[in-house]
Amino acid sequence: MSEPLLRIADSCLVLTQRLTAWCGHAPALEEDIALANVALDVLGHARALLTRVGELEGAGREEDDLAYLRDAGEFRNQLLVEQPNGDFAHTVVRQFLFDTWSATLWPALTSSTDEVVAGIAGKAAKEAAYHVRHSGGWVIRLGDGTQESHARMLAAVEDLWPYAGEAYLDDAVDVEAAEAGLVPLPSSLAGAARFRLEQVFAEATLPIPPEPYWQRGGRQGQHTEHLTYLLADMQVVHRAHPGATW
Amino acid sequence: MRTRSGPVPSPAEQPREAWPLWEVFVRSRAGLSHQHVGSLHAVDADMAVENARDVYTRRGEGASLWVVPADAITASDPQDSSAFFGLDEEFRHPNHYVVPDEVHGI
Repeated sequence: MSEPLLRIADSCLVLTQRLTAWCGHAPALEEDIALANVALDVLGHARALLTRVGELEGAGREEDDLAYLRDAGEFRNQLLVEQPNGDFAHTVVRQFLFDTWSATLWPALTSSTDEVVAGIAGKAAKEAAYHVRHSGGWVIRLGDGTQESHARMLAAVEDLWPYAGEAYLDDAVDVEAAEAGLVPLPSSLAGAARFRLEQVFAEATLPIPPEPYWQRGGRQGQHTEHLTYLLADMQVVHRAHPGATW
Repeated sequence: MRTRSGPVPSPAEQPREAWPLWEVFVRSRAGLSHQHVGSLHAVDADMAVENARDVYTRRGEGASLWVVPADAITASDPQDSSAFFGLDEEFRHPNHYVVPDEVHGI
C-alpha cells in the first residue's frame, strides 16, 4: 500500500536533483537562492514520504536506501520531473506544471487516513502554495515578456506539454489507495490544477496546447532515458562509499 | 526532449541590463520596527518582495517585509559629515543630572 506514496516521493526527489543543478547557474543570484529554497522544500517532502514508505513496507529500508539503492526501473516518479533542465524557460515550465499538481495534491493529502502522511502534507501544502506562486510569476513574466522570452516559453510548453497529464491518470494502484483513503485519486486533482494553469497561462499570453496523447509510465517504473543518467549522478557517492557518514 | 537552446550558459555569458536595486527591511516580529537588512535586484516590486523573502527570511527571521527602490532613498552627503555629525555638544546628553538614590528605573 506504500506504492502511491512512493510515486509522490520519487517525483519530489527527482525534481530536487534537477533543481540543484541550477545552483550557481541561475539567471540572477536572487533566483539562484529561490530555486535552491524550492529544491530544499521539495527534498524535505521526498525525505519525509520515503521514510514513511520504508516504515509501511516493513522491510527495514530507510530513506537513504530508497533514494540511493534503487535503479531507474524501481523509481515511480512522473516522467515530467526527469526531463532535462534545458534553458530557464524549460525549467520554469516544468516547475509550474509540477507546482500546479503539488499545490493541489498536498491540501488534499492533509485528510489522508495515514496520520503521518496527513502531517507531512500539512507542512508541504504551505510550501507548495509559495512554489506555485513563484513559478507562476515566472511563467507570466517570461510568457508576457519580450519576443525572445515568449518564443522560448512557447518552445518549452510545446516540449513539456505531453508530460503534463501523467500525474492525473489513475491506475488500479491509485484506485485501491484512494478507496482506502490513503491518497486522493489522481484524476480528482485535475480540475483545480487545470483552473490555476489556465489563469496563469492566460495572463502569460501563452496558448494552452490541445490535449495530446499523455506520455505515461513513469509512475509504473517505465522511464525516459534521462532518469538513468540523473540517478548515476545522484547515487554515485553513496554507492561508492556505502554506509559513509559525515 | 530536444533542448533547443543548447547547454545552459553561465551568467557571465549572458549579458543583460542589471535589474534595479531594492533595499530590504525586515520586521522580525510584531511590535518591532522594520530594520534594514540589505539589498537585492529585482525587475519590479512584486519580484523584490518575493526575492526578499527568499534571500533574507530563509530561517524564519521575518514577520513582515518592506522593499524600497534604492534610488528613492536620499542619503546624507559624506562631505557634510562634520557639519552634520561632528559636533561636540555634550550638553545634549542627559549626563549631568544627579539622580537621587531613591529613584529607580532611569
